[in-house]
Amino acid sequence: MRKRKIRVLIAKPGLDGHDRGAKIVARALRDAGMEVIYTGLHQTAAMIVEAAIQEDVDVVGLSLLSGAHMTLFVDVAHLLKEKDMDDVLIIGGGIIPEQDIPKLKKEGISAIFGPGTPAEEIVAYINENVKT
Amino acid sequence: MGDKKDIATIKKEKEKWDKDRYQPLIAKHPERKQRFENLSSNAIQHLYTPEDIADNEYCKDIGFPGQYPFLRGVHATMHRGRLWTMRQFAGFGSAEETNQRYKYLLEHGETGLSVAFDYPTLYGYDTDHPLSRGEFGKCGVAISSLQDMEILFRDIPIDQVTTSMTINGPAAIVWAFYIANAENRGISKNIIGGTIQNDILKEYIAQKSYIFPPEPSMRLIVDTFEYGSQHVPRWNTISISGYHIREAGSTAVQELAFTVGDGIEYVKWALDRGLNIDEFAPRLSFFFNAHNDFFEEIAKYRAARRIWARELKALGAKKQRSMLMRFHTQTAGCSLSAQQPEINIVRVTLQALAAVLGGTQSLHTNSMDEALALPSEKAVRIALRTQQIIAEESGVTHTIDPLGGSYYIEWLTDQMEEQTYKYWDRVEQLGGVLPAIEKGFFQREIANAAYKYQKEIDEKQRIVVGVNDYQLDEEIDIPLLKMDELGEERQIKRLADLRKNRNNQKVQRALNSLKKAAEGERNMMPAILECVYSYATLGETCQILRDVFGEYEEPAIY
Amino acid sequence: MNDALIQQVLSGDQRSIARLITCAENNDPDATAAMKKIHPHTGSAHIIGITGVMGSGKSTLIYELTRLYRKMGKTVGIIAIDPTSPFSGGALLGDRVRMMELAMDEGVFIRSMGTRGMLGGLTSAVYDVVEILDASGKDIVIIETVGVGQAEVDIIKIADTTLVVVVPGLGDSIQTLKAGVMEIADIYVVNKADRPGVEQTIAEVESLVDITCSGKDRKTPVLATTAKQSEGIEELVQAIINHRSYLSEVHLFEKQRRQRYEAELIEIIRKRLMGFIFDEETFKERIESLLDQISKKNIDPYSAANEILAHIIK
Repeated sequence: MRKRKIRVLIAKPGLDGHDRGAKIVARALRDAGMEVIYTGLHQTAAMIVEAAIQEDVDVVGLSLLSGAHMTLFVDVAHLLKEKDMDDVLIIGGGIIPEQDIPKLKKEGISAIFGPGTPAEEIVAYINENVKT
Repeated sequence: MGDKKDIATIKKEKEKWDKDRYQPLIAKHPERKQRFENLSSNAIQHLYTPEDIADNEYCKDIGFPGQYPFLRGVHATMHRGRLWTMRQFAGFGSAEETNQRYKYLLEHGETGLSVAFDYPTLYGYDTDHPLSRGEFGKCGVAISSLQDMEILFRDIPIDQVTTSMTINGPAAIVWAFYIANAENRGISKNIIGGTIQNDILKEYIAQKSYIFPPEPSMRLIVDTFEYGSQHVPRWNTISISGYHIREAGSTAVQELAFTVGDGIEYVKWALDRGLNIDEFAPRLSFFFNAHNDFFEEIAKYRAARRIWARELKALGAKKQRSMLMRFHTQTAGCSLSAQQPEINIVRVTLQALAAVLGGTQSLHTNSMDEALALPSEKAVRIALRTQQIIAEESGVTHTIDPLGGSYYIEWLTDQMEEQTYKYWDRVEQLGGVLPAIEKGFFQREIANAAYKYQKEIDEKQRIVVGVNDYQLDEEIDIPLLKMDELGEERQIKRLADLRKNRNNQKVQRALNSLKKAAEGERNMMPAILECVYSYATLGETCQILRDVFGEYEEPAIY
Repeated sequence: MNDALIQQVLSGDQRSIARLITCAENNDPDATAAMKKIHPHTGSAHIIGITGVMGSGKSTLIYELTRLYRKMGKTVGIIAIDPTSPFSGGALLGDRVRMMELAMDEGVFIRSMGTRGMLGGLTSAVYDVVEILDASGKDIVIIETVGVGQAEVDIIKIADTTLVVVVPGLGDSIQTLKAGVMEIADIYVVNKADRPGVEQTIAEVESLVDITCSGKDRKTPVLATTAKQSEGIEELVQAIINHRSYLSEVHLFEKQRRQRYEAELIEIIRKRLMGFIFDEETFKERIESLLDQISKKNIDPYSAANEILAHIIK
């Protein structure tokens, strides 16, 4: 229990109300030994980033199924950068078409985990890529 | 069923068979699993016989279609008389684009319309509201005013075809748009037919597109029951839904229990208002999911009908029409894979077949690209063809409730009914539906079921073809829907023009009227219609209600 | 942890505060050095502990309290504590959900923490976090815990004023709170007072107060609130202020603070001692071998402990 804990913010940006996946990922990360802060629904980029700062998280996970990811994920990524939170790992999930992924990566989202991704894959990715 | 002597004989013979044939075989060649479970984690036996349904009396418990307890179907002829409505949920981008899609679908044989709205609309925000940023038209069509509704149904014969609208928080307002559009076109609200989903309880539980807190929301809903029964008699003013509860991760039994439980709650509220049950109950409708376990789904629909009939009778319904449960079904979106999307066509076929054998009145089949994007024309066409093949080629509609009398199906129907009542006991103990929602009971049950399901998939106890087994590393090569990128800008300009060109004094007067109605106690529909006719926008109208009723915040449950 | 960063913390910079809290939670040696520099700047904040069973509406209550404090011009730090899973070591920290928008106010800082404790109590880092928020200039520091166990009893060691929240109709919310927990309250709050059964609940709590406060100079107040409707909040804040004044009047404030430092001292020593014994490579092998011996019944746990302690207490 002395080991440093990985802190993850799981956020639902925008109006999308589908939280089944976000909640499952939150639980899975908890089961993998991480501390998970869940934001609840209807978050603006400003609220998400404020939480990321105060909670000093290592990872921000964005979940979206409504198709608004190109605007909302990018808003969060830009704001995190603006606030000098460059060492935060940004990951995303939900319904994100393959062709949008390269653009999202360019904007600072490191990985997208689409439908059917096993939870352990997300856990492994975080463990390997989190900046210590 | 079957007399006691026969049952005793069967029991004896089964024991013999078990001893002589079954046990020796599994000793040598064990079955593929230790325990076969359906999606509600109920153990399923290797064999069902008349012994398992011995307590059923045919005429009392099974009965005949179109007659109490409606187990075998709500109409005497069912699909022999009229096929289910083929009603594909659709909507994206601006009203113009969706209007085109509706025409395409009608051309290809769908028999009813179904509107999907974008998130801002679902939450009662206009396209130009700050919270609408990036969300315009992404998961449904944007409707911010009566003008948009006019465009949406341009050249569509809404006097001949019925429309279902999936809208909840601002349902009364969007319904008013539809009514006003019809009346403006010279089509009387006395003859228009359709459905508004308008089921706020499941929003709190699962879909989460609520706006106001429970009490004012329920008041608005009962207002629509009242208004509908007086002025729009062919309209289903609610579609009590289990689909979303299931999509959020519940089991089949939970879907059944929570949905029918919500239905009863609505009936009680309407009765409390003083409405006559036989006047509003005939226009209550339901909406279920069609998920993977084929027979469990069929049993679920049958149990739902019998439970509803029994409960409505107990609540004082006298007319047959008040006790029969009509429902729409949609195949399970959450069961479809992003991987090897073509195989989703197979999943949807099985699910659709279950819905038909379960006696659905209306059906939406998902498109194969469900986990990737909104449906392309090709994908939605195949989904429609799936229904048409079942209807025209499979022969399953030759007779009513063909699975009735199956030992397994009748046993499973009984079991699901029993488990439903157990859930209702727990809800009672918590003080009823609204207290249970506040305490997070349903949400927790659903989150637990969802987590369990996911763990079973991650641990490969449950196989999803193409996802955790039979995988393929391939490029997805199916056409994906492209939307008009300039749609949002156009819509914002259209709204600005509307606000400039309308009679703003009239709008203000109407909004003030609505405020008074909301603060008082009378039915709000007439005031809402007044706002709508004046071209007040969805956002402006909804804001009045937000100001008076406040906004709901959900309890934090995972 | 350079001086510039400490200056940032003292001036209230969110990022620096958050970072220092993380270091403290992770037992960073840098944190210890920083805490030494921070300590002189503490002492002015009013520390409020709030505990109660799940479903008592604590988060909404804290939300309303914070809003009122902000209207009064006070800055607020909130520490929301949730249990760490003893199996996975992870935690679902869900209290922030209620307060996402509140945190946007620059006079409000919210931090979620897992108990991370080996013994099920509050993590020792909470002492540090309280000091950090205090030193950074927060007038009020609120600690929220879920309440039925050790953590809640621990909270009285840290807080100046402890609130215990109950609700009517939660069956036996009073009985479920073990007797020890109920007695820690400086103020009782009966929340969701719009629910049926509220009078009975208030009566039950008041009779408990009569028993536990008999012979004492202060009778624990019992207040009713309906946090969701912002009702009873002003009275509650007044009661909190009154309690603070009371502590000063009877010279209890300093005494309580001293008890807190004592608890903190014990905790720091315990942590360092345990860290020394169980984390250092030097002892690991020795301990493993001792555990083998105990399993084989060659040695008993007491003698084993003596052996280890003999190395430290020379």
